Amino acid sequence: MIPGRFDYHRPNSAQEAVALLAKLGDEARPLAGGHSLIPVMKTRLSAPEHLIDLGGIADLKGIRVDGNTVIIGAMTTQHSLLTSPVIADKLPIIAETSAVIADPQIRYLGTLGGNVANGDPGNDMPALMMCLDATFTVLGPKGERSVKARDFYLGTYVTALEPGEIVTSIQIAALSAGAGYAYEKLKRKVGDYATAAAAVVISMSGGKCTAAAIGLTNVAETPLLASDASNALIGSTMDKAAIDKAVAAAEAITNPAHDARGTPQYRTKMAGVMLRRAIARAMTRARG
Amino acid sequence: MAKTHVTMTINGQEVEALVEPRTLLIHFLREQMLLTGPHIGCETSHCGACTVDMNEMSVKSCTVFAVQANGANITTIEGMAAADGTLSALQEGFRMMHGLQCGYCTPGMITRAHRLLIENPNPSEDEIRMGIAGNLCRCTGYQNIVKSIQYAAAKINGVPFHEAAE
Repeated sequence: MIPGRFDYHRPNSAQEAVALLAKLGDEARPLAGGHSLIPVMKTRLSAPEHLIDLGGIADLKGIRVDGNTVIIGAMTTQHSLLTSPVIADKLPIIAETSAVIADPQIRYLGTLGGNVANGDPGNDMPALMMCLDATFTVLGPKGERSVKARDFYLGTYVTALEPGEIVTSIQIAALSAGAGYAYEKLKRKVGDYATAAAAVVISMSGGKCTAAAIGLTNVAETPLLASDASNALIGSTMDKAAIDKAVAAAEAITNPAHDARGTPQYRTKMAGVMLRRAIARAMTRARG
Repeated sequence: MAKTHVTMTINGQEVEALVEPRTLLIHFLREQMLLTGPHIGCETSHCGACTVDMNEMSVKSCTVFAVQANGANITTIEGMAAADGTLSALQEGFRMMHGLQCGYCTPGMITRAHRLLIENPNPSEDEIRMGIAGNLCRCTGYQNIVKSIQYAAAKINGVPFHEAAE
């Protein structure tokens, strides 16, 4: 399978990349890790005339800490997230999620920025970014702006990115001390997208849940922030009644596609099961 | 759609060539460099038969453009044995433990396991299985592939290899 012809550009800075995108317009696509784009170019579902390879831009790579915030360059790979001491210390749920994305070879090249910016509801990072209340820094022809992950996903492959804009970095507050977390994903095999998946972060104090956030992957046209579900946990002792209520609230907002992974009814129930398992595992990790 | 000039180090040798931007790394290696060790299996980044080592990463060369590998250091299965033909520990392991049947997946398996053992010289069986999760074999059921990698790890670590009881 050979993709259509295109011209290749390899800018050295994000500004240069954005200038190229502005100049070349609709016929240009940015290239990150390439493991979503190159397959659709091979099948000719996508045939951009220009590829702007972001792989040569050093500023878009790496993980740094500013106070309580972890700043991750958009071109940071899943493999880097999996092996980063900063992520292991401050946001271990990200490494837990990276580990269930695709396979080792793809994780060496696949990037956080590509995963969050593509707008594919099957990607795992978007729901996690919503759960963690991440902020995306976006650069475009009109300059730089910030977009909350919770405001970013508008539809399948439709995001808040304007034409010519790219995500340059992702800012996430470190998990608070003692927070419990888990990402649970049901998939048919290694490398598959989720049948359903759930991201959970909770804080406990004096036997009660003081904060909770829940994200759901691949059970609607966009990743979902399950606010009613997390509200059902906050203030509770995380007893069975509260968890049942949270699971029911999460199942109520799903609208999964009927595909080879199952019927909408099945995938909704699996979202509930993944949420229940994620809550149980997050509770074993929570301190306080 | 002009051709692009690329240089790379492949199996220790510096090469330069003109490539069309749409040329995939696997086609460049097989058709322009005549390195037919990396195989084309699924062409959809699932099977891992095309795995090569690029800048200390295992990558599926069917899903990388050759232009993206400009300046890269690449090792293929052809670069695994010593110059005098002595097999690498992994190659020896696959031979001794019968780690292949038809052999189609073997170059990708060995190239991937090569990077796995550099990053984790003493992997558990589970770490081996997860480490080669991006490589499909339709013959062996993976049992002997895992043993082959365990054999190589033992050899690299200078300890005797004991086959686990089944």
